[in-house]
Amino acid sequence: MGKLKTFTRRTFLVGSSAIAGGVAFGTFLAKKPHDNPLAKNLNNGEATFNPWVLIDADKITLIVPHMDMGQGVASIQAAMIAEELDLEMDQFAISFGLPDAAYHNTALASEAVPFLSTDDGMTAQAMRTVVRSVMKILGLQVTGGSTTVPDSLNKLRIAGATARETLKRAAAIQADVDAAELTTARGAVVLPDGKRIAYTDLAAAAAALQPVHHNTLRDPASWRLLGQPMQRLDIVGKSTGTLDYGIDLQFDDLLYAAVQLNPGKGAALKSHDDTQAKAMRGVQQILPLTHGVAALADNSWRAMRAAKAVVCDWAEASYPAEQADHWQLVADSFTEERLDKIWRDDGDVEQAITDAAAHQAEYRAPYVAHQPLEPLNAVIRVTNERADIWVAHQMPRFAQQKVAEITGLEVDQVYLHNQYAGGSFGHRLEFDNVILAAEIGRQMPGKTIKLTYTREQDFAQDFTRQIGMARGRGLVKNGQVKAMDLSVATVSSSESQMKRLGQSAPGPDKQITEGAWNLPYDIEHFRVSAYRVPELAPTSSWRSVGASSAGFFADCFLDELIHQAGADPLAERLRLCNHPVAKAVLETAGELSGWGRPLAENQGRGIAFVESFGVPVAEVVEVTMTDRGIRLDQVTVVADVGRVIDPVNFENLMQGGAVWGLGHAMNCEITFKNGASEQLNYHRHAGMRLYQCPKIVVKGLENGAQVRGIGEPPVPPAAPALANAIFAATGQRVREMPFDQHIRFV
Amino acid sequence: MKLTVNGVSHEVDVEEDMPLLWVLRDELQLTGTKYGCGIAQCGACTVHMNGMAVRSCQVPAKEAADQTITTIEGLGQPEALHAVQAAWVEHQVAQCGYCQSGQIMQAASFLQFKPNPTDEDIDRAMSANLCRCGTYPRIREAVKTAAKSLRGGV
Ligand code: FES
Ligand code: FES
Repeated sequence: MGKLKTFTRRTFLVGSSAIAGGVAFGTFLAKKPHDNPLAKNLNNGEATFNPWVLIDADKITLIVPHMDMGQGVASIQAAMIAEELDLEMDQFAISFGLPDAAYHNTALASEAVPFLSTDDGMTAQAMRTVVRSVMKILGLQVTGGSTTVPDSLNKLRIAGATARETLKRAAAIQADVDAAELTTARGAVVLPDGKRIAYTDLAAAAAALQPVHHNTLRDPASWRLLGQPMQRLDIVGKSTGTLDYGIDLQFDDLLYAAVQLNPGKGAALKSHDDTQAKAMRGVQQILPLTHGVAALADNSWRAMRAAKAVVCDWAEASYPAEQADHWQLVADSFTEERLDKIWRDDGDVEQAITDAAAHQAEYRAPYVAHQPLEPLNAVIRVTNERADIWVAHQMPRFAQQKVAEITGLEVDQVYLHNQYAGGSFGHRLEFDNVILAAEIGRQMPGKTIKLTYTREQDFAQDFTRQIGMARGRGLVKNGQVKAMDLSVATVSSSESQMKRLGQSAPGPDKQITEGAWNLPYDIEHFRVSAYRVPELAPTSSWRSVGASSAGFFADCFLDELIHQAGADPLAERLRLCNHPVAKAVLETAGELSGWGRPLAENQGRGIAFVESFGVPVAEVVEVTMTDRGIRLDQVTVVADVGRVIDPVNFENLMQGGAVWGLGHAMNCEITFKNGASEQLNYHRHAGMRLYQCPKIVVKGLENGAQVRGIGEPPVPPAAPALANAIFAATGQRVREMPFDQHIRFV
Repeated sequence: MKLTVNGVSHEVDVEEDMPLLWVLRDELQLTGTKYGCGIAQCGACTVHMNGMAVRSCQVPAKEAADQTITTIEGLGQPEALHAVQAAWVEHQVAQCGYCQSGQIMQAASFLQFKPNPTDEDIDRAMSANLCRCGTYPRIREAVKTAAKSLRGGV
């Protein structure tokens, strides 16, 4: 724990400031702090202060800038502050804050550079630092990449400790005792005689003091909240229908909007005829937009019906109209010219693998949609002076800029009120709902308008996961895997995404082979090459991004080789594994799943291992071949996250990640016909249903040196573990998702 | 037409074919009932009509008129949880939570008819309610806990 104790090096600077009737505490970067976002609302002369803790005479508010889309981070961020501040979970309110550069994400950087996450060498560290400063300049307030916990753990505890020590100093002055004699508990400073002074009563006095810096953070062994089972702050609201999502917000005189958009994603509206739609009940206005039309009415359903009734003439999409052509362009991309980068080149595969002796296979991963259950929505109000938008967004700063660009206002005239999201899985990293809302709002000054997508529009416009293929060649000898040469060709979802942000994505795309190139295996001859397919349909980050396809390709192909060699799938992975943290993950998965325990003739067990976002994860799937198809019996998921901060949430997210990975591998894909998505609702893209859900056993290990997030890492190993289990049960290799093209599931 | 929701009667002026879901959400501002798919594929919109779980996106307003409707808001409140809601809190089922109003309404209705369900009963009753976050293992456990407490067990 030496690292934590010395953490007061000047990475973060903690400040405080007076607010009306109280004080605010927080952290920002030391070298050149960003302007403080809350300072705008301060009285003159009350300059510096920072954005994590606000205490006034009435209440305590903790600011939790990472967006909560179901991963429970609102609670976790608050608990990090409360741990050091000695607050109970029912003693404060939370706020998502207004978007600001001071909330930029420092953890995202460590995964943005191409070094093995286990590689702490000089160059790796130096590079991460460079990228980190770039992040700061961009002011990337991003929720994504499973980074909330690593990004926040120290920042927020430091903020809590600073607030606590400063409040103690205020109490010491007030009671005329030595601060060292004071303790804190349950939102109050406790005097030596046991008398308590509530923080709220000290707020005004604390505002006049210099904040107390360089506090030693508490040893995790003494944590009251973190690391213990906690009741999530939102759990009662979410169990009673009383928590508002963006889609639920109510305003006086609200107008409801719905859209019909060009089914060719990104293509324009040429012309439209709204005669019929305009005459429908409750309809107030039909507005043309860049990519479609909006109907405004006095009820969402009326707006949806009217939007659908507009007759539109669409421009053609820029990508091929038919799915077969998408696959063809992927298949054609394994060329010298399209080689993006060789990410791994151990030994000499060319020499080792002569085609005659090679085992070869080809894999496919389709486009898949995000489709969180809450459809995209936004509430907007635009006036000459300001725009307000209420929306759940993972990159609020960029969303704010989009609104500014469209409305012609300055960025600081745009107020984004972030919301709880009914799921995201990467969907709320995109801006289409924000852009549409701004286009609508600009045309309806002064009106408050709630835009709600129909599920069909949401599906049709979803920027899906990357489409891709892989070709593997390999060699086994004396019962061991000797050589593996994996070529992966996908479109670059990063390039597609950055383009919509108006940014270029220079250099090779790390995501194409993520989960494959970074496998901690010493295969004598091991090469992983990435080929970049030219952009087809627009794509985006889909929970676990590149690893959701490349992890599937790499682990399944390795499994083929292991079977070729006649080795045990777990034993051979362990023999190849060169990293102790990963090895422990594999071993634990073996123990917990009862690896080696005999199974019935019609059963099979498969293991897979993928590391993504710095988290090594192993999953074991057990299936039974019934006369009605494959049944999933049990799944074991083991991950090393350095430290489990919130055990209940950890289990829930690990199980949910496995369900996500398995369900989409079983039955989901997006295909194009006439340039439009053929899947427009859940009956054609369901994911897993409850009756299909296996028993899921979860274990978190804490051997890794760094604390890591868990939203995405359990996804990638799920698909290969299932495919490997199906092979074990049936002898059939399924090499393309969704598996239900080849396999029936019960 | 007249609608009785959570014991309160309302006069609403809507088309006969407006789905109950949108009457609840946009006319009565009862937003605990969620829109997910609109085509009976997700169950997020589940409410009770005369005690039976129905998909409110599939019930035209005219069929709901003069019936007894209960929504998640009428099932229980944060200060006075229904046994099913209490079980959902105890097991911390929700992730994003968006499906959970519907899951809870489905479970509450189902347990009235099957107070002592087998695992298979639970799977059958709850499988038309989609959870994109994958909280299924916890839903199963919470249904069992709710069943027990509704039967008066501890
Ligand atoms: S919204 Fe009614 S079932 Fe999905
Ligand atoms: S908890 Fe998110 S959809 Fe069920």
